[in-house]
Order: sequence, then C-alpha cells, then structure tokens
Amino acid sequence: MSGAGLTRRSFLQVVGAGGAGLLMAIYLPHRLLADPSDTGGENTAFTPSVFLRIDPDGTVTVVTGRCELGQGAHTAMAMLIAEELEADWSRVRVEQAPAHPTLYGSMTTGGSSSVRGGWNRLRQAGAAAREMLIAAAAATWGLPASECRAEQGWVIHTGGRRLGYGDLAAAAAKQPLPSDPPLKAARDFRLIGHGAPRLDMEAKANGSAKFGLDVRRPGQLTAAVARCPVFGGKAKSWNEAAARAVPGVRAVFSVPSGVAVVADSTWAALQGREALAVVWDEGAEAALDGAEIARRFAALAEQEGKTARDDGDFATAFAGAARRLEAVYEQPYLAHAALEPGNCTAHVTRDGVEIWAPTQGPQWAQSAAAEAAGVPIEKVLLHTTWSGGAFGRRLMPDFVVEAVEVAKHVTGPVQVVWTRADDLAHDFHRPASHHRLAAGLDGDGRLIAWRHRIVSQSIGAQHFGQGAYDDEPDAVDGAKQWPYQVPNVRVEHVLATLPVPIGWWRSVYNTQNAFVNECFLDECAAAAGVDPLAWRLGLLPAGDRLRGVLERAASAAGWGGPVPAGRARGLAAHACFGSFVAHVAEVSLSGSGGIVVHRLTCAVDCGVAVDPGGIRAQVDGSVALALSAVLFGEITLEKGRVRQRNYDDYPVLTNDRMPEIDVHIIANGDPVGGIGEPPLPPVAPAVANALFALTGRRVRRLPIRPADLRG
Amino acid sequence: MTGSQLIVNGAPRICEAAPDTPLLWVLRDELGVTSVKYGCGEGLCGACTVHLDGEPVRSCTMTLADAAGRSITTVEGLAATGHPLVAAWVAEQTSQCGYCQPGQIMTAAALLARNPHPSDEQIVTAMSDNLCRCGTYHRIRRAVRRAADGQEQR
Ligand code: FES
Ligand code: FES
Repeated sequence: MSGAGLTRRSFLQVVGAGGAGLLMAIYLPHRLLADPSDTGGENTAFTPSVFLRIDPDGTVTVVTGRCELGQGAHTAMAMLIAEELEADWSRVRVEQAPAHPTLYGSMTTGGSSSVRGGWNRLRQAGAAAREMLIAAAAATWGLPASECRAEQGWVIHTGGRRLGYGDLAAAAAKQPLPSDPPLKAARDFRLIGHGAPRLDMEAKANGSAKFGLDVRRPGQLTAAVARCPVFGGKAKSWNEAAARAVPGVRAVFSVPSGVAVVADSTWAALQGREALAVVWDEGAEAALDGAEIARRFAALAEQEGKTARDDGDFATAFAGAARRLEAVYEQPYLAHAALEPGNCTAHVTRDGVEIWAPTQGPQWAQSAAAEAAGVPIEKVLLHTTWSGGAFGRRLMPDFVVEAVEVAKHVTGPVQVVWTRADDLAHDFHRPASHHRLAAGLDGDGRLIAWRHRIVSQSIGAQHFGQGAYDDEPDAVDGAKQWPYQVPNVRVEHVLATLPVPIGWWRSVYNTQNAFVNECFLDECAAAAGVDPLAWRLGLLPAGDRLRGVLERAASAAGWGGPVPAGRARGLAAHACFGSFVAHVAEVSLSGSGGIVVHRLTCAVDCGVAVDPGGIRAQVDGSVALALSAVLFGEITLEKGRVRQRNYDDYPVLTNDRMPEIDVHIIANGDPVGGIGEPPLPPVAPAVANALFALTGRRVRRLPIRPADLRG
Repeated sequence: MTGSQLIVNGAPRICEAAPDTPLLWVLRDELGVTSVKYGCGEGLCGACTVHLDGEPVRSCTMTLADAAGRSITTVEGLAATGHPLVAAWVAEQTSQCGYCQPGQIMTAAALLARNPHPSDEQIVTAMSDNLCRCGTYHRIRRAVRRAADGQEQR
C-alpha cells in the first residue's frame, strides 16, 4: 500500500546528529489540491520532507515544513511517527522548519494532504527508528534483539533491563537502516484511532501562542499600506505631509501595491494612512458590479463550454427524454475572513531578507520574496508562524511580497498590518459561479441524461496562465467526478475572465459544484416522486463508499422516521480529497422566517481515522464555514470595489447558530483520506434540500435569503 | 512626557501612547501583551476582550484615556492564577487555530464571575458575541461547562 513505487531505503535516510543523537530524514509525496485518484508522487530523487530527531535527553522532535493553521496537522503527523516509534507522547514535540526550496519537500499546506501523504512513510520511519533503538540496546547489553521490545520511550529486555531512547539515540544512529521494519497491527495502536492530546493546546489557552501578528523584533516598526479599492487601479496622488504630521509616522512612500505609511505603532500607521487621502486612478474596471458580472455570466452560459466529461450522448438522450428539467444556480464570491487578518514582518539587510509570515505556502512566498528583493532564494530566510486561520487564503504570496517591498525602504524590521477591511477588500475570493443544469427522465422516471455547464473564473488561469487552465480546467472539480451511474453525462466549463482576484477556499471548487450537484439531483428525485435517499442509492453501485456514508448518515438521523413538528430533513453527499461525506440536515423556520439548522448528522469515510477527535473538530470547522456561506456569506462588488468591510456586513456563524453535530466515522482501512475539507461541500445542499422538504421552495442561489423561501 | 498608568495583570505600567489610542494597540504594541488579539477593530469579534476592573470590555473600542488608572486582566493573568477555565480549555482540546481563544476565555471568565452556575443556554448566549471562524463553538460550550461544574464541586 505504499503506493509510490519507492523503496524504503530511498525515502528514509539516517543523517546522523553530530554523534549526539539520531536524526532521520523522511521523504513524503507532494500533493496539493490532489485528485482522489492520485496515489502519490513519482519522485525518485531523495528529497526529504520531514526530519525525526531523538536528542540525548529523550526528546523526540518532528521537524516539518508543513504549516499549523489550526487543523492539527502537526499533531497528526507526529502521532503517525510516535505510534510506531513507541514514543512517550509527553516527550514528543514538533518544530516548524523555515522555508527551503527542497530540503523539506513540499511545505504547501492545502488539499487535506498532510496526513494522507504521510500515512505510510511517517509510520515506516517511526518503525525504522524503533528497530534501530532496539538494535542499539541489544548491542549495548550483548543480548539478542529478539528479546527486547520498545515501549513508551524505553527499550526493555525480557530480563527487566531498560534503556531510554535518549541514551540510545547516538548508538542507534550507527545501526543499519532496517530494510523492512514491521508495522504494528491496527489493534495494537495506542495513538492512531484513539487520538492524543494536541501539542499546541496549552499555548493556545494560556495566552503564550504567537501568531504572525505577534512577531516582535527589536527595533520593529509598523506599516499600513493604502491599496486601490478598485482592482487594477493605482495611486495617483496623496497628501504625504498630512500623513507625516501624524505623531509617530516615520516615512511615506509608494510601493507596487499602493502607498505605505511606516510608523512607530500600529495606531500611528493606520492614522497616517487615513491622512493620506489618496486619489486613485481607478482603471478600466471602475464600473464593475454584481449586476454586470451576472450579465456577463448569463451571456457566457449561452455558449457550449469546454468539455470536461462526455459520457454517452447527452443531446440525443435529453431530446428524447419523457421529462426534461432545467435550472440555473448561482453562487457569490466568498472571503476567507480568517480571524487573524493579513500581516507579515520583513527585514531587508545587506545580506538578504528575513521574514516572519503566517503562510500556508512557505516556498512560493520565499521565491516570490526573493524576486521582490532581487536576491537569490538562499538569501531569504522565511519563518512560518502559526496562522490564526487560513482556509486557503494564505497560500497566496501577495502579503509577503508586499512586506518585502515595504521593508526595502526601511532600516530594520517592519510589520505590515492589514485591517479587517483590507483583508476583505484584498482577499483572493472563492470564485463566484453560474451553473446551467439540464436533466432528462425516461418514461419510467429513471434519470438518463445529466448536463452541468459551469461559468466561472479559473484560479489556475488567473495565477498560472491560460495554459494551466487548458491543461486542466480546475473549475470542474467536484462536477466532472459526479458519482452517479447515469448513461449520458456532460460536464462543461465556460471560462469567465474578470479582474476580481480569486483563490483557493477550503475545498475549492467542490463547494460550488457539490451544492449544484446535490440540489439538482434532489430536484430530479422530486420530479420522479422518489425519496431523495432511495433515489441516490438507486444510482450508486453496491459497495460504493458514497453509498456507505449516505446509508450511515440516513440511518443515524432516522431518515424516513418521524420529524419533530415544524421541522424537515434533507440530505447530500460528496467525495473529494480521498474522503466521502454525507450530511442529513434538520431545519425549521423561526417565527420571523429565519433559517434554523437544528442538527447535522454526518457520516465520514476517510479510510483510517487517525485522530477521531481531530476529525470531529474538522467537521465542526467545515460546518461553521459552510453554514456561514449558506446563511450570510457574500462578497459583492459596487463601482469596481468590494462593498463588505467588516464582520457586520460579512457576518460569520456565531455560537448560538451552531447546530448540534453528530459525527459517525467509517474507517474500514481503505486508503487514508483528507479531513480538512471533505466535510464542507455537502453542508449547503443538505440544508437547501431540507428547506425544500420544509417549504416546497427550491433554493438555487446562495446565501439563502428568508425571502427565497416565501411563496 | 507624562504617561498614563494602567495596572496590567496586577503590575503597574506607564504608557506613553496618546490618550486617544485604542487600548488594544497600547496593550499589544507598547506593553507587548500579544494575547489580546486584533480581529476587527470595531467591537464585532471579541478577540480583543479583556477585563477592566473585572468587567469584560473590547479593548479595540476603548481608549487609553478610558482605561487610565484602572486594572486590566488578560488571559495571561487568568493563567497565572490557575483559573479553571484555562485547564478546561486544554482538557476539552478546544482550540483549532487558537486566535479567538484568549477573547473567548475572557468572556467565559466574566460569565462565571457573575454567574458561577450557568445553564447551558446561558453559556451559549454569553458566548455568542465572540466569533470563532474555525467553528470551535461546541468545545467552547463544553469547556465552560467543565470549568463551571468543577467550581461547583469545590
Ligand atoms: S478586535 Fe475588538 S472586537 Fe474585534
Ligand atoms: S480557533 Fe480559530 S478562530 Fe477560533
């Protein structure tokens, strides 16, 4: 099941530790935004991703370039190693490696990939180190290794002698790397499947946790940058004297992204920026607004799109169908709105650049910073800090590049601070989309034809050029893999080109496409007069994992059974990032017509449940982000600029609107799937389908407005 | 220059910032108390919640002048005195990114100070003005419950 065709020797290497301990390098496959069918990298060169270090004091340190964004990746990766290493969990820690182009493999933390990519190799590395520690102890004692075992950080001989890992580490480093160390049977796991206390919990409860915005370097100054609110515009003139008159302001200068004000404190920088009163050259798109985008999308939707999937003959089947359904679905731009707004601290010196950034893409940030500073990449030392949420926003390097541009004008370190309004106005938004759906039922009410035409911008095209899009139209992710067995299926994409910056948002295009897939399928079921669960099961083969989660969620929710008065249920399922998730939502309307989501019953099949508590946390997080989008989330444009400026006009879910969440984990030992993103896409359609069951009104755009549910 | 005095977690501090500076930035920039988080700057998210003479306030919407001479408690202060909420937060594995959590804990501490035995509903109501984009709301409720129940037993 190692899947990548590498021999064990080529992905593990003992690097030594200057004779003082054990240092082992581990290669992991690189996967970003991976397709579920992708089984791993093809690399044959030895490029380590993770280092495992055992110090003479017995501390076990996992050094990784992957970023801790709140998703618990650091703890989960350490658990995989510690399980096989038989480490004492209280002695395990994780160290965040600084950015490096190759030394730590891919540091990009996205695509729900940290545990998936590490599942086999991190365990094998732990097992190899364990065998070497046992061999070292056996050699020290002159006893057979077969009489020794490892337990909780000790090697123990059947006769009762014991040596700690710290004492053995240096000798273990000289042992040969075992070619095939045995892995534990699942029934012997102490951590995997049980969970272990997260390594970052104390710091995050006692105030000592440090995020990007908490970086404090000696002599550090603060900067705020005035950026043109209209995409593509630039600063024409500004009142430098007024900004300089603000006490504490040290410097005012222009940078590629706008006008920077550097000051002794955040407050002075913000007030100085205010005083600039910049006059903007708003450029060509100063009239762009939501209505114009809707018009452009609707016009594009008349065209046939680029074909992403073409099974059978949709046109003929649809033309000959006994019953034809057509619908338009629309979804808005969404901001990430992580609670920690953008920020980055940079220090440009004669020797290079040092950066502290809450990033989830350290390598892209590093190379972009090197380009901005005009120095070779080796001269950029980038420290990844903890992030106060990320959700895909911090994959982009823009905020790091901008900080370097500012720091080039400053002697000493400078922290560029973004306000919440900056964060919303200059996000890389989840793309808005327009979907044209068509389906045909035959005379017996069977679904025989399905077409999904998507109109949207492409993240790949915007950031990596038309070629990236031509090779792989990213915007059809989650639509082209539509899982139901129907003979005639067409999935198309029409590329819209707009100046609105777009980017990856937790689960990426799966968010839009799962909503449309699962709501329109519900429309088909209703048209055929078939129960939505029975309808889906009728279109999925026996043994299908999506079928498994649908059945599990439905039975746990009491699907088909009595529903409390005034409430109704709806369901939806989706697979992405190697995992399968179904939700049953139970909803009602409040006296004032507001939408109340009482409960979500969720079944997750992620192959192996490494950390059940972590999985539940990721379901909670996905539900909160998804429900924010269902109930309120919408970035709108007016006069070429984002209208929303804070959490009052871009609301996010509050504690009192968080539904009860009942999670059922299916772990049949199938390949381990991702968990950070898969629970998100089916939330919105489950809620919309439940609202249809409740009101008879079909919701085809998000967010759902109470008015959409009234007759 | 005459500074303004604040008592931060029991220690008197002199601040040189202009009196109209938001307390948030005084704490973070001048006094280095970075557990007090900036999330919105307009009283909308609760990440900057501290106690002023025991009352929860949003330090982003209050000036240094408003707070001068008064006593401020932050989550470091609670942790230093072994407040049961801090341990409850760890026991429930509450945090994800953790950024909102100092503010959540300060709001919860204010709740327990005025109502040591809150109902589940009172907990939800009290905690609903503090945003958590990571969706840790259930664990926040459980952690407050745990701390409250622990207090009952003493
Ligand atoms: S930063 Fe003060 S309430 Fe958000
Ligand atoms: S834990 Fe991330 S915002 Fe609350």
